[in-house]
Amino acid sequence: MSTEAKNEWPLWEVFVRSRAGLDHKHCGSLHAADAQMAIQMARDVYTRRQEGSSVWVVRSDHITASDPGDKGMFFDPMEDKVYRHPTFYKLPDSVDHM
Amino acid sequence: MQASISLQRDARQQYLLRIGDTCLILAQRLGEWTGHAPVLEEDIALANMALDLLGQARAVLTLAGAPQGLDEDQIAFLREERDYFNPTLVELPNGEGRPGDFALTVLRNAFVSTQLKLLWQRLLDSSDEELAAIAAKAVKEARYHQQHAADWVLRLGDGTQESNRRMQAALDKLWPYVAELFAQDEVDEAAAESGLGPRWAELRQEWLSEIGPLLQAATLAQPADRPFLSTGRRGVHSEHMGYILAEMQHLQRAFPGGAW
Repeated sequence: MSTEAKNEWPLWEVFVRSRAGLDHKHCGSLHAADAQMAIQMARDVYTRRQEGSSVWVVRSDHITASDPGDKGMFFDPMEDKVYRHPTFYKLPDSVDHM
Repeated sequence: MQASISLQRDARQQYLLRIGDTCLILAQRLGEWTGHAPVLEEDIALANMALDLLGQARAVLTLAGAPQGLDEDQIAFLREERDYFNPTLVELPNGEGRPGDFALTVLRNAFVSTQLKLLWQRLLDSSDEELAAIAAKAVKEARYHQQHAADWVLRLGDGTQESNRRMQAALDKLWPYVAELFAQDEVDEAAAESGLGPRWAELRQEWLSEIGPLLQAATLAQPADRPFLSTGRRGVHSEHMGYILAEMQHLQRAFPGGAW
């Protein structure tokens, strides 16, 4: 990447899965020269207290994020739409774990 | 000041101390990087590895001291220099000044972790059940240490002109101390006969078959072997050993039995 500043390793976002069956959760970021180094460093930095059983890394500039300026338009309209929660229905007793 | 302990110096104890001291002294050297590594992530990685090695040292030193009723702290901190049996390679400074040379540090880690990995693999079949159990835990750690170190040797050797120059300089400096890792003597012979562990000399071919291709891939020139043989494993150390021991031991010597 010619536009990158020299001597500056790209930033990577780190996702760690704590146990099989659970989701990978974002836990932080780090600088590394490439994906292999990022995985290795993520292991050393973020899983040293038994936090992980699997690690993902993604280059930060490959993540497209919503614009904080759009927050009002994007998320505020949901404030008064309580009917979108399924809490108005009575479940029969025989249905567990909904 | 706390007086030194003296060892019974039988072959079993010396064989175990060679392993334990290799881990102990390299842990001390890696610990010197704490707070000084080139990047934060690497700082943590080196400290992690130092602690892995220290954990291995604790287990093996405990085993070595047990017949004499000595605990891990006494064994680690109260011996005279001649009673440490690590190969000279691990006591060499990280490089000029402190914290030293990163190239030399990771190259030595590659050498030692490969050696330890091969050793732990063989020790899984040790006639000493406790040593076999220590090996089962340690071999996983050694595998990671090897991967981590080999990765850096490759990156720096096959990197820029400057990183290659520095990695080659580290290789030229360390290579003469490799021969000792595979030196044969009566201590190893006794261990092989009793089934305690392999002669370190038996690991040489496999070690070379892993390190040779790594150096080649890293575009480094493997130096010629020379007749020089260092003697740390026999208890005769380089001039650097006394300084490490002074730093490691001063607290236990000044405050005997001190714990926290």
